[in-house]
Amino acid sequence: MPELKIVVCMKVVPKPEEVGVDTETMRLDRENARSEMNPPDMNALEMALDFKDRYGGSVDILSMGPPFFSDILPVGLAMGANHIYLLSDRGFGGADTLATTYTLAQGIRKIGDVDLIFCGEESSDGATGQVPPGIAEWLNINQITMVNRLDYDAKRKMVRGQREIPGGHQIVDTPLPSVISVATASNEPRFMDYRIKPSAFEDDRITTWAAKDMDVDPGLIGEPGSPTIVSGLDQAPSRERRMEFIGGTPEDIALKLAEILEDRL
Amino acid sequence: MARMALLWKRLMTENVKSLFGVDDEAKAIWVFLEQMGGSLEGVGLELLAQGRRMADDVGWQVVALLLGDQIGHLAKEAIAYGADEVWLAEHSLLKDYTVDAYGGVVCDALMKGKPSVFLAGATPNGRDLLGRLAVRMRAGLTADCTDLRLIADTGVVISEVTGFGGGILALIEAPTHRPQMSTVRPGVFPLGEPDASRGGHVIDFQALLSEDMLQTEVVETVVGAGVDLTQVEALVIGGRGIDGNFDMLRELADALGGDIGATRPPVDDGYIKRERQIGQTGVVCRPKVAIVCGVSGAFHFVVGIQDADTVIAINTDPEAPMFEFADYCIVGDAAEIVPALTRALTLERVLSA
Repeated sequence: MPELKIVVCMKVVPKPEEVGVDTETMRLDRENARSEMNPPDMNALEMALDFKDRYGGSVDILSMGPPFFSDILPVGLAMGANHIYLLSDRGFGGADTLATTYTLAQGIRKIGDVDLIFCGEESSDGATGQVPPGIAEWLNINQITMVNRLDYDAKRKMVRGQREIPGGHQIVDTPLPSVISVATASNEPRFMDYRIKPSAFEDDRITTWAAKDMDVDPGLIGEPGSPTIVSGLDQAPSRERRMEFIGGTPEDIALKLAEILEDRL
Repeated sequence: MARMALLWKRLMTENVKSLFGVDDEAKAIWVFLEQMGGSLEGVGLELLAQGRRMADDVGWQVVALLLGDQIGHLAKEAIAYGADEVWLAEHSLLKDYTVDAYGGVVCDALMKGKPSVFLAGATPNGRDLLGRLAVRMRAGLTADCTDLRLIADTGVVISEVTGFGGGILALIEAPTHRPQMSTVRPGVFPLGEPDASRGGHVIDFQALLSEDMLQTEVVETVVGAGVDLTQVEALVIGGRGIDGNFDMLRELADALGGDIGATRPPVDDGYIKRERQIGQTGVVCRPKVAIVCGVSGAFHFVVGIQDADTVIAINTDPEAPMFEFADYCIVGDAAEIVPALTRALTLERVLSA
């Protein structure tokens, strides 16, 4: 039986607390923000690596973004992934979810014969959660979103996922190939393996593809492939808190708080 | 103006086209009504109310799209909450939500009705469905919106969304693509008053489905076993500083008729289940009161309670960053103050009874 071929879609994002808005140009000021792996994607990678541990196969990382992503993505290799594919081209810039999912889907086609695609539930920067179903639609394959546990039935070539729904869960079966979006915080991502780490940052572990290396329709990538436009941008009004300190014995404090609580509830 | 420049550029370039365009649109706002086991999800009704407000300003129609098995009785409810029309598709294969079945039927209905606007709740199923349909229809989709406006003279919907843990607001539109699709967070728009005397039409929409079209199967649905902290009014949250003493927080939460949550460290240490983790990688809540005990106040956590009406923080460290995000700050040991507060609340109740 051929081995499971798994791809995890990952994104590098600016640390949310360090991003501001230049209100004059209406552009995000990411210059001063440090980058990190999108936290929900770490849950996706963990589920993929756990799958590889349990059922064998390979786990590759797929990402779309500027060349500097290659400084951060090897963290995933140090955790146990096999290879990184980075889709990087000026023509991919300005993509909304439609163009992004198309580009990622074409990357998955180029990798070829992929059985399972894991994605984080959403990204911390855009938080749309629309990428996993979008990829599944472009590839015309199945999807299970918001999965917090996944098992594989090799005989039937099916996965069984436990899916989070409001106030409970569902058990869903679907045949491979399939896209799985992993519910945020559903597992604890492993640490980097110090034995792998030195080799993780070597150049031959990353393959970069530009638009010309891929089979992409220029009308479906980047800005031309994006129906939505951002027509306004602003810093969200931060909530002013009172920051009023209350002192005294625990009993004094308790009485004061009880009063406040009675008033507010 | 930046917007005009963007729009001009967009109109002048050869870009992706949706399956139907502005010229073919029906002046209508469609709302996907999600139901489970024969009862409607609240957010669908909230969207009917908001759709009604938006439509009344411009003289458009509000249409509810309702799919399921033997759920015809819900159509009346949709009309009472503001729908002019209900498109009802009933089929045994629509009993459980699967994107295979629902995606096909909803797409057929949208292609028949060609609405300008299509809204759904940003629930797991709503996001699962619209994320897929937006690609199928090559339409623009705004996700997890916190506000929607319909511009009267252009018929363009402006969606407000947040990013970066709620720190950034963006206004997004899809002026040249139809339908204009959005998912909206539950609780953003107030529920309208139902009016049982309202009139409306029910249109039976035939779902063309057969077993062989479906690959995904819902084996089991369990509801009621999990916790939903997003609806809790009084939330008592513990961090590393309470050393796993969640019993004490539970007693306080019970006295307040609320529930308990945690930051990540106690969850990782196994003191409390992950479903109760608050923050960017957990649940984002909007309680009336959050009482935060032994929490240092890292950004990843604070975004989970930034919409709380009132925040009370208890921490032994007077320099804890958490105090900057609190209305009432107590420098002290939660192990002393929390039980004292529970006693005070219980006593108050006894005295006032």
